[in-house]
Amino acid sequence: MKITKEIIDLHGLKSEEYSKIKLLMNREPNYLELGIFSAMWNEHCSYKSSKIHLKKLPVKNKNVIQGPGENAGVIDIGDGDAIVFKIESHNHPSFIEPYQGAATGVGGILRDVFTMGARPIALLNSIHFGDPSNKKTKNLLNGVVSGIGGYGNCIGIPTVAGETKFNSTYNENILVNAMAVGLVNKKKIFYSKAKGINKAVVYVGSKTGRDGIHGASMASAEFDENSEDKKPTVQVGDPFTEKLLMEACLELMKKDSIISIQDMGAAGLTSSSVEMAYKGGLGIELDLDKIPCREENMSPYEMMLSESQERMLIILEDGKENEARQIFKKWDLDFVVIGKTTDTKNLSLKFKNEVVASIPIGALSSKAPLYDRKWVKKKLDKKKINIKEHKKIKFDKAFFELISSPNHSSKKWVTEQYDQMVMGDTIERSGGDAAIVKIHQKDKAIAMTVDSSANYCKSHPLSGGKQIVCESWRNLVSVGAKPIAITNCLNFGNPENPEIMGQFAENILGIKEACEFLDYPVVSGNVSFYNGTNNNNIYPTPVIGGVGLIKNLNKTKNHKFKKIDSQIMIIGKTFGHLGQSAFINELYDIHDGMPPEINLLNEKNNGEMILKLIDSENINSVHDISSGGIILALAEMSISSQIGVKIQKPQKMSNIFEYFFGEDQGRYLIEVDKNNLPKVEKKLKENDIYFENIGITQKEYFELDKDLKIKVKELYELNNRWYNKFNGLNS
Amino acid sequence: MNSSVIVFPGSNCDRDVATALTNLQFKNKMVWHKDSELPKSDLIVIPGGFSYGDYLRSGAIAAKSNILKEVIKAANSGCLVLGICNGFQILIETGLLQGALLRNKNLKFVSKDINLKIINNENKFCNNYKKNSVISLNIAHNEGNYFTQKDHLKELEDNNLIPFKYCDIEGSINESSNPNGSLNNIAGILNNNKNILGMMPHPERMVDNLISNSNGIELFTSILS
Repeated sequence: MKITKEIIDLHGLKSEEYSKIKLLMNREPNYLELGIFSAMWNEHCSYKSSKIHLKKLPVKNKNVIQGPGENAGVIDIGDGDAIVFKIESHNHPSFIEPYQGAATGVGGILRDVFTMGARPIALLNSIHFGDPSNKKTKNLLNGVVSGIGGYGNCIGIPTVAGETKFNSTYNENILVNAMAVGLVNKKKIFYSKAKGINKAVVYVGSKTGRDGIHGASMASAEFDENSEDKKPTVQVGDPFTEKLLMEACLELMKKDSIISIQDMGAAGLTSSSVEMAYKGGLGIELDLDKIPCREENMSPYEMMLSESQERMLIILEDGKENEARQIFKKWDLDFVVIGKTTDTKNLSLKFKNEVVASIPIGALSSKAPLYDRKWVKKKLDKKKINIKEHKKIKFDKAFFELISSPNHSSKKWVTEQYDQMVMGDTIERSGGDAAIVKIHQKDKAIAMTVDSSANYCKSHPLSGGKQIVCESWRNLVSVGAKPIAITNCLNFGNPENPEIMGQFAENILGIKEACEFLDYPVVSGNVSFYNGTNNNNIYPTPVIGGVGLIKNLNKTKNHKFKKIDSQIMIIGKTFGHLGQSAFINELYDIHDGMPPEINLLNEKNNGEMILKLIDSENINSVHDISSGGIILALAEMSISSQIGVKIQKPQKMSNIFEYFFGEDQGRYLIEVDKNNLPKVEKKLKENDIYFENIGITQKEYFELDKDLKIKVKELYELNNRWYNKFNGLNS
Repeated sequence: MNSSVIVFPGSNCDRDVATALTNLQFKNKMVWHKDSELPKSDLIVIPGGFSYGDYLRSGAIAAKSNILKEVIKAANSGCLVLGICNGFQILIETGLLQGALLRNKNLKFVSKDINLKIINNENKFCNNYKKNSVISLNIAHNEGNYFTQKDHLKELEDNNLIPFKYCDIEGSINESSNPNGSLNNIAGILNNNKNILGMMPHPERMVDNLISNSNGIELFTSILS
């Protein structure tokens, strides 16, 4: 087939990129070769627009075993144990086919984790939908939530935490980010780097079908009105097969048979084989007649670009074939030697005794395009929010409206569709600041959280970037965990637009600054560009997945009040910053102004103090103050514990709305036994930590002076109404 | 006491229940579905999960597996058999227990802690619980909506074959405390001989106060005593 301009366009390649291909090949590529280039050179696989920025991120500290560049990041948690984790987006497929898109997002990220030898022990997610009034939202929400649950529940990995948010910016481009966390013996970590020539390349798992062809290319382009037609590029998941594949791989990994292993994710067989060969400085030769196919008459093009799920590529040590085959046979999975490693540094594909493609490996990886795209700095929105200039609203009414709004309602409708307890080690489930999962049969645990703040990042990408890292760090601290490292999923619009590229560049700088200051490096991640439809880009939405370590299981905390008549204290200073807050955003529909400032030094000092207080067992409960400010944080503590509060307005307070709804950073609420109060106050003063006593816990009523009084039971109902109503259910 | 946990492709609570059994001093063995011999067992557990991916119908394929023939033999000769969640569905499919587990009333997967009232404790699985006490266990299923014919329901009620029912925190059994639409809030049933128990809630998830609660322990200690 003659390669025409139209074909090149269809493959998402620019004309200068095609010229580069010809130069690297020393000839015109054939159709199959062009498809392979398109799969490897698209944004999703090549990171061509993001790479130069990502290099700025801190990726190392004493706990990091493996940073970005492998299937997932790995951190050391002591005693020979390591944690493997990564977050990844599946935005485009989920918008087109919500159930399968979300399900295969979970499946893909799980494979990234068990490919490295780790048994997955937790799943998390961050999902963003359009405005609830948008007619697509309900269907997308239902599909995505069932898809996430459908996959995780079946394979038997608990879904322990997540966030579900609504904003009209996602009306035509939802976000579905899934994170998986696994546990591995530090000495038994598997990597994708091939070693040695003439080693058997083995295909295991499901058969290859025609699903998902060009999925990665789809994820590297904006949507338009014809996006619905892209349904066939969405993969179909089978969690049952993945469970078998996981068990078979983990069983084989106990032996010394595997040289390297790589899952077939985006761009399937193409990217997995190229990556393994490239990392090992080798070539690879595949015989496509041997590929197990689900459908008849599949062409080499289809086989190489299919994104059928639940498949892996393994390079085996000599003489281990039979042993490995027996294990896959036991689990009723395909096991076929499809090729071998070579010293040619070439990807060579044979089909019906003919060489159908021959491409230098380097051309597909290291020589892929790299762009330093033009970017512009975000102009500062210096507008100050003065609440007095806006319509008057009663404090209690404002609070009731916020606590029952889609973004601040209880997420039970969502989380009760996820098995959070399977594997029997989940200590803290969804709903708190971070989930806690015990290391099986050991006396320690890890804490995990996912966080994003698109409103902050949109108005000031630099401080937004800092804020999300701090928020993640704070959430881990709140449950008593020492934060270790993060994974990030960077969801942005079209990078060819200098403003969007500017959001990205500045956001990375913010993430970098906070990560460096908090010694909280990035060990894995994923970039998703082109989130938008017809030139409407989404808000910049970086999502941070954080992991921390709890060394002593008896010293964890959660946000539930424990007792009546204990003291409630705010750690950190309250200025009453309303810019970009949930309060003005949701109640006044004001979307400008600066987000709250980040003071990294205060953040660190306050957080470290919280960890000390938890360690000395002087506090009963902790909650970080985030969206919705002090009053929402208090409400969450009350609703989850069915214990009320009696709060007094501080005398120095300028304005009740600013004080209680303001979103100043680096703050926590703590509950302290009155007996312990002198000790705690002394410690705080000695360490120059700013704090305020704002009230006590009490039975039954949630009360703030004369401005607000409601039974906790009624508050619970207000908080639990929205999802059921939205989905047409009785509460 | 010797226990065996049956493992199907797609079982995913096998390790959880094995951990609970071992911690409670059972001598436990894992038994692969393709095996055709059972180790000597006083208790056989069919764990939760998605055996064979829930293809065809939950539990339907597992019920026809090699090892189930042996389980049925053992059950008929009086061995204690406990089916949890998917295990309950499998027991129904084998005919060892009667009735059907339909899709949850709201057609969604449901995973949460629920309250159970101990209705009958005069059986080998529940005699360490106090009658009429309320315990909290976790459920996680798509098809837990128990249904049976009127005559059989009467038989279950009359012969004390319903060990526990879903209830609220005060112990009252009503529609709002029914998480899946089960007939009469039934959460588990026994066979006539009371040596086979099928239940939707997961007792193995509630055996450690540090993790959740320990309300599931008595179920296993009842078997031991």
